[in-house]
Amino acid sequence: MFKPLLSAPHVVQRGEVKPAAAWAYRAFAVLIALAAGGVFLASLGYNPFRVYASMLMGALGTPGMQRETVKLTIPLAMASLGVLLAFKMRFWNIGAEGQFALGAVAASYFANFQPQLPPALLISLMAASAVVLAGLWGLVPAWFKTRFGTNETLFTLMLNYIVLYIITYLREGPWRDPAGGFAATPRFPRQARLPELHFPSIGNVHIGLIVMLLAVVLVYLYLRYTKQGYEIAVVGQNERTARYAGMPVKRIVLRTMFLSAGICGLAGMMQVAGPDRQLTDAVAGGRGFTAVSVVWLARLSPLGSLAVAFLFSVMQKGCSMMQTEFRIPASMSDILQGIVLFFVLGAEFFLQYSIRRRREVPA
Amino acid sequence: MTQDFWGQATAFLYAAVLACVPLLYGTLGEILTQKAGNINLGVEGMMYLGAIAGFLAGYRTDSAMLTVLAGFLAGAGGALIYAFLTVSLKANQNVSGLTLTVFGMGVANFLGEKAKLNAPVGTAFMSERLKALLSPVGIGGLDGLPVIGPLLFRHSVLTYLAVLASVAMALYLRRSRLGLNLRAVGENPAAADAMGVPVSKYKYAHILVGGGLCGLGGVYISMVTCLGNWQPNIVAGQGWIAMALVIFAAWKPLRAAAGSLVFGALSVLRLYVPKDVVDIPAALFTMLPFIVTCLVLVVSSVRLRRENQQPAGCGVNYFREER
Repeated sequence: MFKPLLSAPHVVQRGEVKPAAAWAYRAFAVLIALAAGGVFLASLGYNPFRVYASMLMGALGTPGMQRETVKLTIPLAMASLGVLLAFKMRFWNIGAEGQFALGAVAASYFANFQPQLPPALLISLMAASAVVLAGLWGLVPAWFKTRFGTNETLFTLMLNYIVLYIITYLREGPWRDPAGGFAATPRFPRQARLPELHFPSIGNVHIGLIVMLLAVVLVYLYLRYTKQGYEIAVVGQNERTARYAGMPVKRIVLRTMFLSAGICGLAGMMQVAGPDRQLTDAVAGGRGFTAVSVVWLARLSPLGSLAVAFLFSVMQKGCSMMQTEFRIPASMSDILQGIVLFFVLGAEFFLQYSIRRRREVPA
Repeated sequence: MTQDFWGQATAFLYAAVLACVPLLYGTLGEILTQKAGNINLGVEGMMYLGAIAGFLAGYRTDSAMLTVLAGFLAGAGGALIYAFLTVSLKANQNVSGLTLTVFGMGVANFLGEKAKLNAPVGTAFMSERLKALLSPVGIGGLDGLPVIGPLLFRHSVLTYLAVLASVAMALYLRRSRLGLNLRAVGENPAAADAMGVPVSKYKYAHILVGGGLCGLGGVYISMVTCLGNWQPNIVAGQGWIAMALVIFAAWKPLRAAAGSLVFGALSVLRLYVPKDVVDIPAALFTMLPFIVTCLVLVVSSVRLRRENQQPAGCGVNYFREER
């Protein structure tokens, strides 16, 4: 009998691709994605080159703009580090948004109600309470996950909304600033604000920058060189293997989620005590969700997360420039973020698989 | 007093039905998607896409038919991106879905704001005729009946369509050949493949229709809930509640209808509880559906029942060579 010489396209797994080649390939995917975004802009009648140029200028054109971009990077990179720890363990913590906001709530309590404390103690208490409260908040879904297998993706997600409305409640009720005209919490007293450091090239930035950079290094070292970091990796790879190896899986999950949420909480504290200086509903402002994209794009690497967080901050800051210059709505930033991620997600396929047309041997 | 109480109770139930429709569409869409073995966290995003597409189509064409169709297609379009990434390119389902949500929200807010910027005067876009076509209307005078009249016979076309979709989906999943094959794809794609079921085709088809249903939920939000007035962040988390309702409904379409009614009731409860009975701050009422969702998640995981579980193949991409 005759058989067709060529069968239908056929997908096979590919061997290991060299890391450098893989990263170059991903960078290429990002470029293609930006080109696709350009096509979208062109279809709306804008000149994409001019729009992208103004975006870059808006994000990095002057020292002042660079400072704003860096200030956007700090909370995003920090939240990404938190998310990263959980993701490394294959625990889908989509709750960074709420953990971030809850950290800000804890910090705001001390800032607004205990301002008489010595400044150093006040700031330390704000930071510590943010870590602990957010960490405990993160433990709730983690505990149910380990005990009953409760779906953590949806659980952590729902907790975001609960925190959001807790803030609304506080703002409209018990924490409302009686001096303010509309329902808002009071502004932080001077001693509850994060001290600023002077950087020669970009000017004054709050010390959250140092904390964030330090955290990148620490998380890198923690995952790479400590026993706990190794345990996280094993649980993430295969929970059963971890159990057979005698690892206390439940404890690892709980510990890691506390850390993950705690770091997000600290990020929230740094945001509210740094640039915001007041607790608002928008304190997290979607960063918790963006952090998920950041971490995924960075392939769960701490240094990579910092780089991607910076890239996203450039996009975000740049898009606000686009809004003033071209009257392009700032939500363009979300669209671009989506497109970039779509392309990188899709591109990953070609790093792992190749498509072949197989020649059949005639029988 | 009693007269007033019954009046209030009926009004409350009616408001609950009005509020539950987008939740029901989202839930049905996600049930269909998960039955094909895929978790699509993009429900919120597809609802946004449907909301803006319906809104723009209504504004431009003034046709109710095209409004609904555009919403469906936009939702399905979003689902197509997701399906291509997860089914063909085997990308991570969680991240693909979340990205779809960010993307859909961005696109909707973007186009909505642009439409506002370009509008000649004010923001009154939609013709009264079109709004009337999609808003609740009484059927053949039956809505004049006491109590059940308005509850059953005074609704939007989209509401009846949602009820119809639940019944149709229940029959499809339980009683049809295609539905049986679909369940096989969701539970055990390798076995379905061996049976000769075209796994990828099934996944694509159901993910797309699921996305279309979510899109219809979006159309309802922009055209009925918001009366054809666009506002930023218009979906406001309803897609996520729908995700949780899937679990609440144990992947059963008829239970989804009942479940969304409960959650619809929760979301309007604040307006109908007299201040002198329960005086809780507004923010805590708004929080209620999300708290109940958490409780549902916990309770359903504690009471594990074999038949009330997520399809076993959910979340794992099928690759024939790895069988």
